[in-house]
Amino acid sequence: MRYIWLIPILPGIGAAINGLLGIRSFSRKTAGAVACTMMLAALALSLFAFWQLLGLPADARAFDVTVAEWIPRIPLETTNGVGLFQVTWGFRLDPLSGMMILVVTGIGTLIHVYSTAYMADEPRGGVARFFCYLNLFCFFMLMLVLGNNFLVMFVGWEGVGLCSYLLIGYWYEKKSAADAGKKAFITNRVGDWGFVLGVFLIYMTFGTLDFRAVQNAAATMPIETMHFGVLSFICLFLFVGATGKSAQIPLYVWLPDAMEGPTPVSALIHAATMVTAGVYMLGRNAVLFSHAPQVMTIVAIVGVLTALMAASIGLVQYDIKRVLAYSTVSQLGYMFTAMGVGAFSAGAFHLMTHAFFKALLFLGSGSVIHAMGGEQDMRRMGNLKKYMPVTFATMMIGTLAIAGIPPFAGFFSKDEILFQAFMHNKVIWVLAVATALMTAFYMWRLMAMTFFGAYRGPAWDTGHGSDVAVAATHGAKHPADPHAHGQAAKEDHEVSHGPAEPHDHAHDAHAAAHDDHGAGHGHGPWHGPHESPAPMTFPLQALAIGAIVAGFIGIPAALGGGNTLEHFLEPSFTAEHVAAHEGAAAAGEPAAAEGEHGAEPHVSRLEELGLMAFSVVIALIGIGVAQKFYVKSPEISDQLAERFGGAHRLLSNKYYVDELYNATAIAGTFAAGDGLWAVDRTVVDGAVNGAGKLTVVGSWFSGLTDRKVVDGLVNLVGWIVQESSLAFRRFQTGLVQNYALLMLFGIFAFVGVYLFVR
Amino acid sequence: MITPTHYMLLSAALFIIGVIGVMVRRNIIIIFMSIELILNAVNINLVAYSAQLQNAVGQVFAIFVIAVAAAEAAVGLGIILAFYRNKETINIDEMNLMRW
Repeated sequence: MRYIWLIPILPGIGAAINGLLGIRSFSRKTAGAVACTMMLAALALSLFAFWQLLGLPADARAFDVTVAEWIPRIPLETTNGVGLFQVTWGFRLDPLSGMMILVVTGIGTLIHVYSTAYMADEPRGGVARFFCYLNLFCFFMLMLVLGNNFLVMFVGWEGVGLCSYLLIGYWYEKKSAADAGKKAFITNRVGDWGFVLGVFLIYMTFGTLDFRAVQNAAATMPIETMHFGVLSFICLFLFVGATGKSAQIPLYVWLPDAMEGPTPVSALIHAATMVTAGVYMLGRNAVLFSHAPQVMTIVAIVGVLTALMAASIGLVQYDIKRVLAYSTVSQLGYMFTAMGVGAFSAGAFHLMTHAFFKALLFLGSGSVIHAMGGEQDMRRMGNLKKYMPVTFATMMIGTLAIAGIPPFAGFFSKDEILFQAFMHNKVIWVLAVATALMTAFYMWRLMAMTFFGAYRGPAWDTGHGSDVAVAATHGAKHPADPHAHGQAAKEDHEVSHGPAEPHDHAHDAHAAAHDDHGAGHGHGPWHGPHESPAPMTFPLQALAIGAIVAGFIGIPAALGGGNTLEHFLEPSFTAEHVAAHEGAAAAGEPAAAEGEHGAEPHVSRLEELGLMAFSVVIALIGIGVAQKFYVKSPEISDQLAERFGGAHRLLSNKYYVDELYNATAIAGTFAAGDGLWAVDRTVVDGAVNGAGKLTVVGSWFSGLTDRKVVDGLVNLVGWIVQESSLAFRRFQTGLVQNYALLMLFGIFAFVGVYLFVR
Repeated sequence: MITPTHYMLLSAALFIIGVIGVMVRRNIIIIFMSIELILNAVNINLVAYSAQLQNAVGQVFAIFVIAVAAAEAAVGLGIILAFYRNKETINIDEMNLMRW
């Protein structure tokens, strides 16, 4: 496959067309069609490339394509002397990137299709802008996963960050969206700083940035079990990069706020693809990480703590997208846990299944929000299964998948991670299981509050005196809802730009509030919850099928499957086979991670099955508790919230992490800025002004000297000449004979001297 | 017998007469003639010593002096003529324009 470089280029072309022409002149349909066509073409090419990849023998599955020279050979210092810094626009398709391009183009295409309907009420140029950004994102994401060296990956890495910023801030007129975009971008910069440092260190150590070359070189280096050597530092820096992009502690704060973007964006970028870039990057550098077991431990701990923390916050959120956002953070934590315990393929497996069911859940929530006319607060939903059966059915599949109920996809991948964690470290396993319990709970809570119970949302009868007049001014009528007031506690509505808002304002604020609303979901008069149109339900159904079957490619041996995916991905996590036999211990299944339990390489099949059954039971308990709290007797949850008021407040406020960051990092930055400004104003400006003053004084003295001394000397000379000339000019009589007489006297004088004095 | 002393006495006498002429006379023509006397006093000296020392250089020098004197007289008379046309006089006391 010499043409794999076309896979990223195709969406890039789409972005260029929509960006250069579409924003000016395309209709909504044309813009959507261009974007979807490009994605479809990329998907077709990806499928073809993947099929070709499968045709190769298992240990040689890779296509390398170098499109062009990027940075020519520049002599640049490394620790082993002067190396040649050379970077190409090189692309590499191997099992890991093959899986990623299928996820990106496949889910990307579905979400593009979904967006054509979801964004149908946006202004015309806005739709083209949206599709331009979305295509651009796919371009960079494919570049990220296909790049065969760190710098090409970095281009994609930064590009997806940029697109994330642009898409979160898509409704840039809304301050919260613009702020969320900035927050995401700036937080990511912190991580990118680590990534760049890691890349620098890699070049310093290995003298190349090519993935394969680095892995082969690293495979021959000793495993740093006892000391924190250069490989450990590289891995630590890379992991800092991954925490930024993949929203891990301590840099996860941007992801929940990123829900300000349109829901398809949340599904594509902040659930399925971009946030998994960190996981992908760790998998891509599996050989490096296996040589740095201490960093692996850090990765596992950070991952499992993130999973636990985010899941616990998700327990009490009311905004449907925020629940899913914290769920995403939590599931990403799972993936990092897997990476940290050395189960790279399990992490990648979960990455893939998660992409399916989380994209599904996000799109489903988008469908719900769409149906509710922009409402995101789950307390104002309920019983929607009656109105939107397709959305309900598909979201139920997604929920069962993420909760880990067999035979849905999430079960296999999550169970693989739990199993590997159990083998590696029991504490991590306990925390991961607790997370699984919470996951099942909050997901069922989401389903219960949204689809079950009584309808609590706004009524949609048509006439309502005062509203009609207002509706005439801005074209859309908000559902009249005098009852909803009490429930809609304002502080829970951070993301909401729905119909609830205008009710809290006087009518003159209506138009302003409607700007938000119009940017969100103004789709004409609202006629109550309804099923979404086909372009939205079709991707839901397709993803639901994916959420059911995606797990089957990784059925573990204990259940009679071959764990196909693990064997398929294996070559991507090991150094090349030439190096493999000498570094077999290192490169095979990460020996560092295995070292601890190397003595017991295989637990019995019974034990494995027992663990599976246990995790299913845990998931069922979570679902059961949620069913009890939110469907059977909803008053229990309120009572619990009151009884454990402190804990509830702590969770509702997300452990006050944002406040902590505000008080420390952000306030510190502002204080430092103020301080530096003060230094600038007093010291630098003072120095400049002082220099100016000094110059003025100096020049005054200089002028004085010039006037008095220099001019004085010149004038003195002139004066002397003038005064003396008064006397001497008498000699110039003008009479020739006088001169002749003087000459004669002179001659007499000379002759006299000559004659008498000598 | 005429000795160099006689020549030198004659030359000195002519020279002094020339100098006094230059100093005391008012008529420029007379002053010019006095300058010629001075030059010829020098010429007598040159020729006398040339004969005395049997060296022709002195006589060559004298001829040069005569030639230069002729040229000088021509220039000088031209100046006098121009001056006369302006001032209608050749009194040297009137020629005092180049003073302070």
